[in-house]
Amino acid sequence: MTTPSFIQVDGLEKTFPGPAGQEPVTVFQNLDFEIEKGEFVCLIGHSGCGKSTILNILAGLDAASDGYVFMENKELTGPGLDRGVVFQGHALMPWLTVRENVAFAVKSRFKRHSKDEVNAQVEKYVDMVGLTPAIDKKPHQLSGGMRQRVGIARAFAIEPKMLLMDEPFGALDALTRGVIQDELLAICQATSQTVFMITHDVDEAILLADKILLMTTGPFAEVAEVAYNPLHKPRSRQEMHHDGHYYPFRNHLMDFLVNGPGTPYSDKATDGTPPALDKAPRTGPRRVVSA
Amino acid sequence: MSQSLSLRAGLVSILILLAFIGAWWGATLPTQVDLGDMDPEYAAMMGLDTTQESDIPTPGHIGSAIWTHLSDPFYVKGSNDMGIGIQLAHSLWRVLAGFALAAMVAVPLGFLIGMSPLMHKALDPYIQILKPISPLAWMPLALYIIQDASISSIFVIFICSIWPMMVNTAYGVSSVRDDWLAVAKTLEVGPIKKAFKVILPAAAPTILTGMRISMGIAWLVIVAAEMLVGGTGIGYFIWNEWNNLDLANVIFAILLIGVVGMILDMIFGLLGKVVSYKEV
Repeated sequence: MTTPSFIQVDGLEKTFPGPAGQEPVTVFQNLDFEIEKGEFVCLIGHSGCGKSTILNILAGLDAASDGYVFMENKELTGPGLDRGVVFQGHALMPWLTVRENVAFAVKSRFKRHSKDEVNAQVEKYVDMVGLTPAIDKKPHQLSGGMRQRVGIARAFAIEPKMLLMDEPFGALDALTRGVIQDELLAICQATSQTVFMITHDVDEAILLADKILLMTTGPFAEVAEVAYNPLHKPRSRQEMHHDGHYYPFRNHLMDFLVNGPGTPYSDKATDGTPPALDKAPRTGPRRVVSA
Repeated sequence: MSQSLSLRAGLVSILILLAFIGAWWGATLPTQVDLGDMDPEYAAMMGLDTTQESDIPTPGHIGSAIWTHLSDPFYVKGSNDMGIGIQLAHSLWRVLAGFALAAMVAVPLGFLIGMSPLMHKALDPYIQILKPISPLAWMPLALYIIQDASISSIFVIFICSIWPMMVNTAYGVSSVRDDWLAVAKTLEVGPIKKAFKVILPAAAPTILTGMRISMGIAWLVIVAAEMLVGGTGIGYFIWNEWNNLDLANVIFAILLIGVVGMILDMIFGLLGKVVSYKEV
């Protein structure tokens, strides 16, 4: 009927062995969702629902207990250069300069590149995040926001098919976070990058995401709702709250986080949202809305 | 402020040195001996005098010993009479040879132990038993098996410098941040490149600390080992001068051992600075 999605997550489940003599703990289960090419998808949920584990499975750093992840119809079984990861705590190597950190990634991705080609690629992406003046500095000479920018440049520099971000701005102050969110938005819109990002910041999700996956709390966490962002593109932090959809959508997300799953947003909304096609009965409180 | 602090500290250091030399000089002044009503001519014939020189060398004696040795450090007048530079070179050669061999074994083995919990558990009992053995306890066994005094002392240096390096390498390797390993994984970095480009630089400061400790121990042990096996080296020199009852030379050698040990430590301190990084 339709072409298969870029990323297809099928019945994903993660179970950790419990303490000696106790039942194993299932953190999340029955996870099904899709990511289309060029889509910015945010995953929102409370801590403990296994958000980071989901991202690690997509990155190939962790293995699922059950279920599959397909990327362009091929099952993902390990880490790969087709996915760039921005880590929660930047994960820069402190003995390398900004240039060397990004070059480490570029050289791994483009093994046949000459020195000049590597350097050009590095400088292009360091410039993209506005860090050219600091390119020969070590991470300890940079501020937290600058370090996270280097992490973003490193992930983009391998030109991945998908970018995976694990609460990349969680450790930053509000001002810096806003600035980098704007930059990320601009870069993603310019490059049509496919992004999967974990956050617990509702406003961040509304600003950045095309599609928001709402997760229930663990254990046995599930994706209870897939909400499409009704705010029109291009969005900006300055204008966003004047959009008529902003407050209803924000309230909906907040209600979900505070009170748990309720009526899906697409059923409440009157316009600007994709129609709900699939409300087939499924077990649990989960509703899946797909375009 | 910091400049004036080092200036003042230097001044205090010099004062302490002067006070120490002064006290030493005072304590080793010739003493008056009461010869009673002995005939002075008879006393002179018996080698007795009214002023008796101290048995302990004076600062002046040490000064002249230092001067004699350092003005001609590399002479060779037979197997029992060689310049202090030659003796020192023998000791340094043994320490460096034993240390280098130990590093070649300890660093790869430490990598293995640090990366593999299985090998860590399997090798731990051996390390725990072998580590506390005084290196000199190996000497008879080494002499019997190797049958060469000089190589035996190299072996003793090897066996004593291997443990701190191995334990520190293992610790450094096992505590490489998971973040950095995850980065290497997502970039599909191969195992060799991962070892040299991620784990080695991450663990280098810890490894260098282990090497510094090992070098300190090796320099302590070489003196004792050379006293035991004799022949050449700074340790043999001390023992030889003790047999000659030349305490001025013994004290000179003690000072020299201290200075060389300090220089070796400083070299590893500098190397450690080169590979250190500020974690953020």
